[in-house]
Amino acid sequence: MTPLIEVRDLRFRYEDGTLALDGVNFTLGAGETVALLGPNGSGKTTFVLHLNGLLAGEGTVSVCGMHIDKAHLPAVRRKVGLVFQDADEQLFMPTVLEDVCYGPLNLGLDPKEALAAAERTLRQVGVEHARDKAPYHLSAGEKRRVALAGVLAMQPEILVLDEPTTFLDPPGRRALVEVLRGLPQAKLIVTHDVWLARALARRAVFFEHGRIVADGVLEDVLARFAWDPATA
Amino acid sequence: MHHAVLDRWSRGASLLHARDARMKVLLLLAFLVAVATTPGFAPAHWAIYGGAVLAGVALARLPLPAVLFRAAVVLPFSMAFAGFSLLAGDSSRACALVAKSYLSAAAVLVVAGSTPLPKLLRALERLRVPAFLVLVVQFLYRYLFVISEQAQHMRLAAESRGGWRFRLAAGAVAVLFARSYARAESVHRAMLARGFQGTVAVLAPQRAGWQDWALLAAGLAAVAVLRFGPELL
Amino acid sequence: MHIPDGMLATPVWLALDAAALPAVAWVARRAQREGEEARAPLLGVMGAFVFAAQMVNFPVGAGTSGHLVGSALLAITLGPAAAVVVMTAILAIQALVFQDGGVLALGANVTNMALVGVLAGYLPYYWWGGGRWRRAAIFLGGFFSVLVAAVLAVAELRLSGVRIPGAIWWITLGFFAITAVLEGAITVAVAGGLEALGVGRVREPVAARPRRLLVVAVAAALLAAVGALAASTHPDVLEKLIESLGLAARAGGR
Repeated sequence: MTPLIEVRDLRFRYEDGTLALDGVNFTLGAGETVALLGPNGSGKTTFVLHLNGLLAGEGTVSVCGMHIDKAHLPAVRRKVGLVFQDADEQLFMPTVLEDVCYGPLNLGLDPKEALAAAERTLRQVGVEHARDKAPYHLSAGEKRRVALAGVLAMQPEILVLDEPTTFLDPPGRRALVEVLRGLPQAKLIVTHDVWLARALARRAVFFEHGRIVADGVLEDVLARFAWDPATA
Repeated sequence: MHHAVLDRWSRGASLLHARDARMKVLLLLAFLVAVATTPGFAPAHWAIYGGAVLAGVALARLPLPAVLFRAAVVLPFSMAFAGFSLLAGDSSRACALVAKSYLSAAAVLVVAGSTPLPKLLRALERLRVPAFLVLVVQFLYRYLFVISEQAQHMRLAAESRGGWRFRLAAGAVAVLFARSYARAESVHRAMLARGFQGTVAVLAPQRAGWQDWALLAAGLAAVAVLRFGPELL
Repeated sequence: MHIPDGMLATPVWLALDAAALPAVAWVARRAQREGEEARAPLLGVMGAFVFAAQMVNFPVGAGTSGHLVGSALLAITLGPAAAVVVMTAILAIQALVFQDGGVLALGANVTNMALVGVLAGYLPYYWWGGGRWRRAAIFLGGFFSVLVAAVLAVAELRLSGVRIPGAIWWITLGFFAITAVLEGAITVAVAGGLEALGVGRVREPVAARPRRLLVVAVAAALLAAVGALAASTHPDVLEKLIESLGLAARAGGR
């Protein structure tokens, strides 16, 4: 069984010289949901930006058996759907509908098909009422779900979410978890939200100083690093 | 924010809202040209133009007092120069400056208030305005509110810590610059993540219906009558 | 100095639309062809930034404050070509959404602020920004971008027959000068802020085609000079100018 994602010895240094990733090894199997935990600045976001080729470091990153290189980028970006931490930066089109159609149109779907895909995923995440609204009229939770819809409309095999519950109120968090639970894709979730991690993931990896220092059952990782604020 | 009001109006519903934006743009241009080229002191003419604007406001179901108030934003500028003209003895020009600038602003307001900006931009693009420029305006409008809010927050934060000074303002604007630049890079990354490969594909454009063509024809005829009618009579 | 519709004479606004809008379209199309469509989000966002920054007040004492216009700042951080496009986008939004400046008058406003204003803001930096006169160069950029744009605007109004009595003209000129000084000061301060942040966004003063720029610069200077002349209240100079234009039109048009 080819793993969905395979990362071998990934190293990455920013332009100013900071070493952000220091030899990361990671595999993701089909249908898995993994929580990425760790302190701020430990490299979690930098790591996920490598998974669809937005950043390129040393070492190898393979998605569905494909090495990430220039030739494979379009295919990789079809497979890996990345939901960014700041929804405002992800919803850059004038209306919700146009934004969700953006991905499908780029994949070469004709406008009718793109529209159908957009309407389907908007319904799937529960924001079809917002289809003609401008993004800045939406609440944080709605924006987050629209961003998710935009990614789902491309029918990825892997979903990567970077801090998806930031700025969400409790109902918003619950709504998001409900939606995510119903999705069949494998999921990688960068999060500080232990409640979210518990609701969705069985496995967790822990980042520290650009390395994965633990990879195992969520509860074990939480306990080992005293990461649950309720029990710390 | 000012543009929130116009944004709300433009998402309303009326006969005018439903029309193809290209027709509205062309009619607006025709009207503006008519007003601009009407020579001299012509109060009767201006009154007729005013009637046309009022009809537009009614057709678009816009709140009249608010529209009249908003259009007045041009008055400080035109009245200043009207004042200068009066001082120089040219009272007819003074009246013309005020009347024509106000009428023009109101006309733009009728169209902008009955057409969401993204639709307006799409229409301009189909009317051969360069796509790159339209795209820039589109992104500008999208992030205008977000960044303005950021600026306001910075101001509030500074004031609650003891006041707003020149130096502070410059520093805040510099930070705003840096954050905006970083935001632009993130937007670009988000575009790449969803398959951006150099051109921005768009949804199928609206096709013009018979009502749109009818509006264009009738509107252009009306503008011609408005402009040249009084002279012929 | 956003000129509304209904104030400029038809030959004036028509000529400026015919000259400026294709010029901007050319710059925009070139940016597009050179694969720079990826720059659209950057230019749009920076346009939103300038818009927001224009509403920030810079207290200068005695309860008054100045505001940034931004042509010079854009020119030295993004380059003159990008600055032209961004300023045009800003002017378009201001005309359509805020009724600040007319639609037919866009050609005039674009000429004043997006073309000549940007160039006037960039050239001092291009010539003297590399050495120890850097801050002065940036100041001059801000100063001239506003002053030239304002003088041109008044010149266009003057050419349209809008009279300005003598004393008022000097007061207006003084007002322009103060606004221009403020723009220079604010531009320098913000540029300094950028350097302090280590953002390093202020470009090195390098231009692609010096000769072409020089030609445009001379043309702009001439334009400004004509503008200043026309805007003055020496009626004999202006009447002669209009007369010669009118004569020319009569001879050519029939």
